[in-house]
Amino acid sequence: MVRLIGILTGLFFTVAVLWAFATGAYTAATEGLGEKTAESEFHEHPREVAFTHDGAFGHFDRQQLQRGYQVYKEVCSACHSLRLVAFRNLSDLGYTEAEVKAEAASWQVPGIDPNTGEATTRPGTATDYFPKPFANDVAAAAANGNAIPPDLSLMAKARHDGPAYIYSLLVGYTDPATHKNEAGQTLAQTFPDSMPGAGLYFNPYFPNLNLAMAPPLTSDGQVTYADGTEASIDQMAKDVSAFLAWSAEPTLEKRKQTGWPVIGFLLFATILAFLAKKQIWAAVTPKRKD
Amino acid sequence: MSFPWAKHYEPKAPVMRWIDEKLPLPRLVYNAVGAGYPVPRNLNYMWNFGVLAGFALVLQIVTGVILAMHYAPNATVAFDSVEHIMRDVNWGWMLRYAHANGASFFFVVIYLHIFRGFFYSSYKAPREMVWLLGVVLFLLLMATAFMGYVLPWGQMSFWGAKVITGLFSAIPLIGEPLQIWLLGGYAPDNAALNRFFSLHFLLPFVIAGVVILHIWALHIPGSSNPTGVEVKSESDTVPFHPYYTAKDGFGLGVFLIIYAALTFFQPNALGHPDNYIPANPLSTPAHIVPEWYFWPFYAILRAFTADLFFLPAKLLGVLAMFAAILVWFFLPWLDKSPVRSGHYRPLFRKFFWFGLIPAMAVLFWCGGAPAEEPYVMLSQIATAYYFLHFLVILPIVSAFERPEPLPFSITEAVLGSDKKAVLGENTTPAT
Repeated sequence: MVRLIGILTGLFFTVAVLWAFATGAYTAATEGLGEKTAESEFHEHPREVAFTHDGAFGHFDRQQLQRGYQVYKEVCSACHSLRLVAFRNLSDLGYTEAEVKAEAASWQVPGIDPNTGEATTRPGTATDYFPKPFANDVAAAAANGNAIPPDLSLMAKARHDGPAYIYSLLVGYTDPATHKNEAGQTLAQTFPDSMPGAGLYFNPYFPNLNLAMAPPLTSDGQVTYADGTEASIDQMAKDVSAFLAWSAEPTLEKRKQTGWPVIGFLLFATILAFLAKKQIWAAVTPKRKD
Repeated sequence: MSFPWAKHYEPKAPVMRWIDEKLPLPRLVYNAVGAGYPVPRNLNYMWNFGVLAGFALVLQIVTGVILAMHYAPNATVAFDSVEHIMRDVNWGWMLRYAHANGASFFFVVIYLHIFRGFFYSSYKAPREMVWLLGVVLFLLLMATAFMGYVLPWGQMSFWGAKVITGLFSAIPLIGEPLQIWLLGGYAPDNAALNRFFSLHFLLPFVIAGVVILHIWALHIPGSSNPTGVEVKSESDTVPFHPYYTAKDGFGLGVFLIIYAALTFFQPNALGHPDNYIPANPLSTPAHIVPEWYFWPFYAILRAFTADLFFLPAKLLGVLAMFAAILVWFFLPWLDKSPVRSGHYRPLFRKFFWFGLIPAMAVLFWCGGAPAEEPYVMLSQIATAYYFLHFLVILPIVSAFERPEPLPFSITEAVLGSDKKAVLGENTTPAT
């Protein structure tokens, strides 16, 4: 009885799902499989880019993080917040305690006037978090063509292949009238409706191709690096991507450094366990007759 | 019940004797996972995963309880409290990655454990109750994992909660009120997050309780084995300790190496980047996908894209998704072959390796892919096979198949034609 009901139930679900398959196959046969869209034809995966923090032995390049921080401070922070990072965290970048305090003091953070209780601003201290550039989302949207600039703290973990994505996006702005995809087509020819509207900029690395952020890195030497490195657009994009990889996971180095002793211990323990197992089982394991 | 030759607990140290007289807990442990439990001597490494699953449960409870000391189950601060754990709590990043990847570790082990059961028909008499409790455990585990994934309150947490609780709205008449009642609101919000946290904390202890029943039920008939031939004499068995404690120790080591490599070097590989974006009810992610361990069932849910007469596609999908697991409850009665092990069932074996395994692989793959062609059509074919396999092929094959000759006993299977037993004195020829 169980089997009879089972077979009938099985046939019911099979018929139902094959009916859905037939419907889908009919649609595919008459209308073709999956329509081409501007995104499917022009969206590109992030470029290959190497960072020192890649791989199982990865570590941050402190000089690069400091340069990246400088780019964030002088360029990105005009619109993007970094709300999960505190000034005290900057000591990870190789700054001394005095430098961290001085750096914090160079930012204005929200405060309360001790005499009147009115909202005001004051120089930051090491325990403060990075201030937000806009008072609230409405103000952020109003100042940026109705798009809210996202917080950057976790950006490197919140996108596939995050640091490479950030780098590619920053250097990937191009003219949709002349940019050709792999098939040699331009957006203007094939999907004129997807051309960027007013206040939008074409970038093949952005999921829907047009974004509200104007190219932020526009000229070489836009930032004057304190360590004398030449600030090409490419260099600035790489540096700020590395900085954001750090801000997304300040514990990345410690994680990778911890991993090796853990694996080493486990390997040792597992070899011991294997030998113990072999010895214990030897008494009851039949010997092969050759 | 146990085999008559099972060793009896005889405490040597006075303190153990003292405890054993007052509370026979040492005796219980000795008989459950010690030398007092005779186990077939021919278990292969597929029999490691029960112990590994138990280890994963303990690992999840230990890391989870500590994480709960730092986590705040409130929709306004939940996301930031997780980042607080990652950034400011000492070793918090390790605890969280260990817990998140520990869930994956748990599911890898459980899936292997279940598929071991499928191949060797571990569900057959006299072990039906072990199997039924196992399916209950799997359902509890899925519920716990789902609610755990909601807690970081990222985009996938929120939208996953919305999609999964939305499934209940497919139930006719009571669906919508039921969904609102489950969520404590019209959409996932603080009420839902709070109850999910509460249940996520509670359910692992319920799981631990059912695990005890699972092991208890197992100890009545004793463990199954790769030949599927029941234990006949003492020479067929070895004591659990030290033989299987040693073998499980090695298996655990291998598994922990893989787990540690993932936790320390690719901790986010199995997660979704969108969950590092705070939950936003106004912005729907392009592709909402659950965690990888739900993909086969998510693929089945989405395979039903067309209404059948008066049955809407959504309801069919929800029914099929639940049926896909509930069907496991009936396996002991669907598969009537007297032979247990797939090693001696030529036809069953073919359907297992060339039918069920590829179908599950396709469902895994399609469940994680966007709801586009060709993934939808592939998952439809795999779904059809899935139901045919368990509900149609298995009963029919078990009725007509001619099994291959079985070994006389476990000892014979291990020692070949030489029937001389190596272990134990009171070996009696089985009749």
